[in-house]
Amino acid sequence: MDNLDLLMGGLDAALSPENLLYAALGVVLGTFVGVLPGIGPAMAVALLLPVTFGLGPTQSFIMFAGIYYGGMYGGSTTSILLNTPGESSSVMTALEGNKMAKKGRAAQALATAAIGSFVAGTIGTLLVAFFAPTLADIGVEIGAPSYFAIVVLAMVLVTSVLGDSKLRGFISLFLGLTIGLVGLDLNTGQARLSFDQPLLADRLDIVVVAVGIFALGEALWVAAHLRRKPLEVIPVGQPWMGRSDWRRSWKPWLRGTALGFPFGAVPAGGAETPTFLSYVLERRLAKGREFGEGAIEGVAGPEAANNASAAGTFVPLLAMGIPVTATSAVMLAALTGYGIQPGPQLMSTESDLVWTLLASLLLGNALLLVLNLPLAPLWAKLLTIPRPYLYAGILFFASLGAYAANLQAFDVFLLLVFGLVGLMMRRFGLPVLPLILGVILGPLGETRFREALTISGGEVSGLFDEALAVVLYVIAALAIVVPLVLGALRRRDPAQEKERMLV
Amino acid sequence: MTGTIVVAYTPDAFGEAALATGVEEARLRGADLLVVNGTRGDALVDESFASREELADLRHRLAETGLATEVRQALAADVGDLVVEIARERDAALVVVGVRRRSPVGKLLMGSVSQRILLTADCPVLAVKPD
Repeated sequence: MDNLDLLMGGLDAALSPENLLYAALGVVLGTFVGVLPGIGPAMAVALLLPVTFGLGPTQSFIMFAGIYYGGMYGGSTTSILLNTPGESSSVMTALEGNKMAKKGRAAQALATAAIGSFVAGTIGTLLVAFFAPTLADIGVEIGAPSYFAIVVLAMVLVTSVLGDSKLRGFISLFLGLTIGLVGLDLNTGQARLSFDQPLLADRLDIVVVAVGIFALGEALWVAAHLRRKPLEVIPVGQPWMGRSDWRRSWKPWLRGTALGFPFGAVPAGGAETPTFLSYVLERRLAKGREFGEGAIEGVAGPEAANNASAAGTFVPLLAMGIPVTATSAVMLAALTGYGIQPGPQLMSTESDLVWTLLASLLLGNALLLVLNLPLAPLWAKLLTIPRPYLYAGILFFASLGAYAANLQAFDVFLLLVFGLVGLMMRRFGLPVLPLILGVILGPLGETRFREALTISGGEVSGLFDEALAVVLYVIAALAIVVPLVLGALRRRDPAQEKERMLV
Repeated sequence: MTGTIVVAYTPDAFGEAALATGVEEARLRGADLLVVNGTRGDALVDESFASREELADLRHRLAETGLATEVRQALAADVGDLVVEIARERDAALVVVGVRRRSPVGKLLMGSVSQRILLTADCPVLAVKPD
């Protein structure tokens, strides 16, 4: 098979000592930030962006991919041992995982999470290698109106699926779109929202925005809530699994993978939904047996779903240039930083980069398994690092990165502004992901939007003259309307509501 | 003679040594025992902050001594200051701390709770090393 040949070629390139080193560095860093709650792979990648501009795009992407996967692994460790999810996608893992740990089965919980992630990540990456080129072939044929529709759909789905308040999600999205508008209009050369500041007319650097929102915002938020009663961590030895654990785990792994991958691949917003669905599915299949008191299936399924969806997000990212998670959004920004045009043509113009990346995802996954099984007790030790030390380091890298992006002191000022925006967003419970998506997808969508309008001579109907575009708009509309209607119906029928809660 | 003896406690060898000496002293003097366990609360996990089980175990052991005892857990910017503050508030007769063997340079680099107590407490301080 053609794709398999290309993947083998990529594997060859990824196995060079240098690339292997970056993959290892990436997974270690990723696990590090994944273990610590509040610091995620998105922040790590954003902080590293300016540092990696000295590296080639392939090397830095190998590292970013490692961070992304590593973050998923690390999150599960914290969930299981501390009952505090390190990542939003490991909330479900905490449910059964922490119960298992309390029953003295922490080692098995960690093992099934790590091996499940490995299985799901490997299958998921192979599926990406299979699907992305096909989708990219279709993507090249897609016209501007449909592409714009895809962007709209991605923004709507991510915003409405994520979190419990759609209003907050959309506030955050529109904040992001507004930030994305700042600077010269590429079509007419007019300055927008630049307040007569020549430095603002040059568009905002995505590094500054991402680092400000993720790193500085989080640091300020933590500084405002510095002292908290320490949590009780469950001590753990070497993770291992007995024969019955294997027997109970392998099916949930595969089911979780099957659930997670499509959710990542369709622009539908990260791993929260599939991990939840996987948990519910395993619970149903186990008929409640042991669930709620530490069932291994409840860790195996969601963890696999989590990693499979992480792999799945590479499909829209590589094939269409559309990110659906915060981390992939920042990775897309990195691509642009290298002067690489993301989009359907990426697979053909940068095929070396893409295949090496996919191959190093496979390698990174294997490295994670090797690293995480023996080192789990060590990772747990990370939790004893005092926050001031940690965030001092983050602030240092954040300021350095913001300054290094353009060597402009003004960028450091902007960093502070976005840091305050990030703090306010956390204060008022606004999700961060829609904002970052808005900043990155906004200009991307705008270009296509203007293109479509230029072709149609300014007629709005030009946006709807492709069948695909119309279908996508309908899906987007349904994604907003259906949950509202369902919610209204449910409220009208309290008995049914109660039943749902019990299930 | 009555009075209060404050023990700066951590769930490790140093805290245990301090506690053992504190109990002995309290018996000798017929004093009350106040066991203080503090944390800066700036890390997710602090091993010197007693967990619920460790605390229950501690209470149980204290009850067995037959002394009038009290256990206090608190968050503070500086655990040393916390102990000194509590000792001052109770007008304590003695503070007992467990100390680590460290070189002067190590002390300079790491700082320490016991050093803080030794330097700032108003009452006599008894520094104990675990055997």
